[in-house]
Amino acid sequence: MIDDPDEIVLVPLHAVAHGRAGDKGNRLNISIIPYEAETYALLAAQLTPERVLALFAHRRAAQVVRYDLPLLHAFNFVIDDALEGGVNDSLNLDGHGKTNSFRLLGLQVEVPRRLVRAPRRRRQDHTSP
Amino acid sequence: MGMFRIGNGAGFSGDRIDAPGPVVDTLIARGGPAAMFFEVLGERTVALAQLEKRRDPARGYEPMLERLLEPILEKCARHGIAVIGNFGAANPAGAARAIARLAEGLGLGGLRIGVVEGDDLSASIDLAGLEVHEADAQLDQGGGAMVSANAYLSAQPIVEALRAGAQIVVTGRCGDPSLALAPLIHHYGWTEDDWDRLALGSAVGHLLECGSQVTGGVYYDPGYKDIPDPANIGFPIAEVSADGRIVITKADATGGVVNLQVVKEQLLYEVHDPANYITPDVTLDFSGVSLRQDGADRVEVLGVRGKPAPEKLKVTVCFEGGWLGEGEISVAGPNCLARAKSIAEVLLERLRRRKLDVRSRVDLIGIASVHDDDGGTLWRAYTGRDPTDIRVRLAVAGDAHDEVDQAAREALALLCCGPAGSGGARWRTTQRIRTQSYLVPRASVEPRVSVKPAAAWL
Repeated sequence: MIDDPDEIVLVPLHAVAHGRAGDKGNRLNISIIPYEAETYALLAAQLTPERVLALFAHRRAAQVVRYDLPLLHAFNFVIDDALEGGVNDSLNLDGHGKTNSFRLLGLQVEVPRRLVRAPRRRRQDHTSP
Repeated sequence: MGMFRIGNGAGFSGDRIDAPGPVVDTLIARGGPAAMFFEVLGERTVALAQLEKRRDPARGYEPMLERLLEPILEKCARHGIAVIGNFGAANPAGAARAIARLAEGLGLGGLRIGVVEGDDLSASIDLAGLEVHEADAQLDQGGGAMVSANAYLSAQPIVEALRAGAQIVVTGRCGDPSLALAPLIHHYGWTEDDWDRLALGSAVGHLLECGSQVTGGVYYDPGYKDIPDPANIGFPIAEVSADGRIVITKADATGGVVNLQVVKEQLLYEVHDPANYITPDVTLDFSGVSLRQDGADRVEVLGVRGKPAPEKLKVTVCFEGGWLGEGEISVAGPNCLARAKSIAEVLLERLRRRKLDVRSRVDLIGIASVHDDDGGTLWRAYTGRDPTDIRVRLAVAGDAHDEVDQAAREALALLCCGPAGSGGARWRTTQRIRTQSYLVPRASVEPRVSVKPAAAWL
């Protein structure tokens, strides 16, 4: 049986996009960049500041601002007070918050199956009957 | 069409010391005018260097300086490749003397070494009434003594040193992108208010200042974003044409990759509003940027625009920030999750019973740690299977060394007092630095430039 490429599936953001985290003081920024240009508009509707803020609610993040870069097909999320004081004050092993790109990349999103990137090592399994 | 190439040899203090060699070799192989820059000064690095300088007045500069420069200095001098770096940290003149000693040893006694000073405001700054930089408005300042205060200087003092014939320029604190912008201003004669040109050069600096981060570092993700030879990622080179064309590429015969994905990631790295990325030289506008793959490991960057530089300069002030204590111990095998949670509760109970005056946090490394909060919301909620092993980490902070150290030692005590099968305890207590950034009028900062042959620095 062949999967319908247009079927909407629920996947981690990591299956359709990549990104990087950086810090300035207690402020975190995370870029999110879809692999396929077509995914950009789908993510624009789903990656709301409210959903992103909820991911960092346990760290008492205060606010999320999303900057859209349509020419690059990229988003930049700026998350205030997400680093529990930042690298100077935090008790976190990752005081810079660099691992947090992958907290956001764990968020579930809905996309057509054809836009989902399977890891390269599994690609052969995927094409076998 | 004229072309200038600029290579990066380090993105932070602690970067791979064998990275600069292949970049310099590539610049030489391509021919044409070129420069190398090194960015080794993190926000707190200068404070740690000040503490080192207090212990030994001859030190307080980049500790890997000689290891970074020894393999390339003679080649760069011979081929007219200027070297620029913020190696100076708290002691630019000390770094110049170290370079002079290295140069003499290499038979380069005539090497012209330029030093940029004037960023260190610690002796004169009055914090009362200064405007606090908005990104820091929420930070807790504490009451620690001031360790360092450094203004972010622009590219202009570096340009002045290059115009005076410097073959290597050592700075303390300056804008990170300014290190790459300066040789471009020098080569092309861009004026101080040519905002679009200054933005081009600063964008080059922004993309290259973290070294391998634009060529595959902080990027590769096996199965999703693979790169060749991650053990030998080539450091970046930018080609900047006289007409303002920018291409990002990398050292020959190395691993890593320059593609649209990695350049996008680095373009937005540590950026907030992409239309207003502020440097001492220019305000960059990335909102109109687009990228084009221009062959293998070549990406063209289009549409960078510039707006006037901010009227004030940023000054980062570092204060003694108390102490951080960390203690760790491992558990593994059957029922390790229950034993790890027990360790966490026992550690917190010990701190309560001993009434130690510290802030505390426990991580269950292997369950949840770096994504968790100080209260352990994520690991406390975890009810899944036991992993192979778990490392429990206690972190404490406070102003009194002994209180913090005693608290961290509670992890060590678990070697005998802990649950079954716990081992591998470690603990350490380290001094913390707190930073606060302010804005000061440009006129209150006076850069000083001196250029002398190596022999004259000794």
